[in-house]
Amino acid sequence: MAEGVPKIRILKGAAPDLSAATFQIHDESHTVGNALRWMVMKNPKVEFCGYSVPHPSENHIHVRIQMYDNLSALSALLEALANLDDLCAAIDDAYTVSLRRDPYEVWDEKS
Amino acid sequence: MTSLASTSSQSLYDPRRHVRVDAERARDVSSTDFPGYWPDEDHSWNLEKFKERLRVKVTRKSNRSIEFDLVGVDASIANAFRRILIAEVPMVCIEHVYVFNNTTVMVDEVFAHRLGMVPLNVDPALMEMRDSSGQATDRNTLVFRLQAACTRNKSAPKDSTDPAQLYHNSEVLSSHLKWEPQGEQDSVFANCPPAPTNPDIVLMKLRPGQEVDMELHAVKGVGKDHAKFSPVATASYRILPLIVLNPAKPVPPHLAHKFQKCFSPGVIDVDPQTHAVSVNEQNMRKETMSREVLRHPEFEGCVELKRVRDYFLFNIESEGPYAPERLFPESIRVMREKIATIRKAAQALLSESLGTNGDVDMEG
Repeated sequence: MAEGVPKIRILKGAAPDLSAATFQIHDESHTVGNALRWMVMKNPKVEFCGYSVPHPSENHIHVRIQMYDNLSALSALLEALANLDDLCAAIDDAYTVSLRRDPYEVWDEKS
Repeated sequence: MTSLASTSSQSLYDPRRHVRVDAERARDVSSTDFPGYWPDEDHSWNLEKFKERLRVKVTRKSNRSIEFDLVGVDASIANAFRRILIAEVPMVCIEHVYVFNNTTVMVDEVFAHRLGMVPLNVDPALMEMRDSSGQATDRNTLVFRLQAACTRNKSAPKDSTDPAQLYHNSEVLSSHLKWEPQGEQDSVFANCPPAPTNPDIVLMKLRPGQEVDMELHAVKGVGKDHAKFSPVATASYRILPLIVLNPAKPVPPHLAHKFQKCFSPGVIDVDPQTHAVSVNEQNMRKETMSREVLRHPEFEGCVELKRVRDYFLFNIESEGPYAPERLFPESIRVMREKIATIRKAAQALLSESLGTNGDVDMEG
């Protein structure tokens, strides 16, 4: 990461109570953008969530979140990040269990 | 249809999970499991429900590749892991080449580029990423020495035309790379001394009088910086094909074999006696979705081609030091690291905004 660039900042034009905000996340791409967007949208208090890569040569993404009931978009973002982490842990566990217990075909591949 | 649309979400035949494949277009591509899409249904995030639906099943593994099913996740999640496997799981590769002598026909930079591509057997977990200062230490840099000089073989058979017999070192091979341990590396890499994964890669051809003498520095990096750091040959997924026969319009027995030939081998079974057509559940995943069956008017309405939107068939081929079964967990680890970094920054932003009485700092 380049020096002095914050990992996240809130772009101007956000609602004062943060019920609607666009977050600029530095050094991230579609990988995190789309997964995060999906998880934020799983929150019923979210009115809208979308992400974009504004320019391919700028190394950041924008994530727009708008909330119902004047709730904080930043809190929704944090909640989604926590949930996304739980999801990753669940997949990791399921994969480890399958690798240990499931019968699968083992074959020899010549390189 | 209404009975199927109920909560039997585990069934492959739940139409909500289907992407429809028509002759000229795909329908119902996007997932609809969001709050507010279906009236009176709760689709908010629920870890317990997710775990119930999630299924990971390893189906095939070799010394170099692994295949597994990942079921019950959104495409955005599956795609995140695929992208991370290709671009963000770290690997150790030769990055700097210091040339002391090169009298061969290949110019320094071309040969240096070639050296970078050689896969090394170094476990990236044993090394650190170089920081922005670029300072080389024994924790972040491996040093290799490449010295080869070609000479005539005096004892070669008179009538031989084979360069391997006529000369010593007629080829520079990846096995010519010699690791030079620095600092504590001797003990760190004691179990597996750093070397190319394949000792027989031909890097260059030499003739008598030509020689190379170089020092090579290998560092840890990620595939988004340069493809040589990508730990996989391929990391891809397919979405499970689903073939649904229409019971109201069975395939005419005299056309059964023609129908069978419209699909990939093994996908459609034909009963030898009755010539009744059925789908082989085990082989259904082999279907290439050529849509050949949709070209024939006599089969119209007999069958529907679909894909199961949340059923991913992963195939990962390792190239480099990772055992194939280790790659997917590594991608999850990288994903969780990224999430942790963003979380920390967002947390700081939150406490910052609370500290200033809700007056948010709006730069930009």
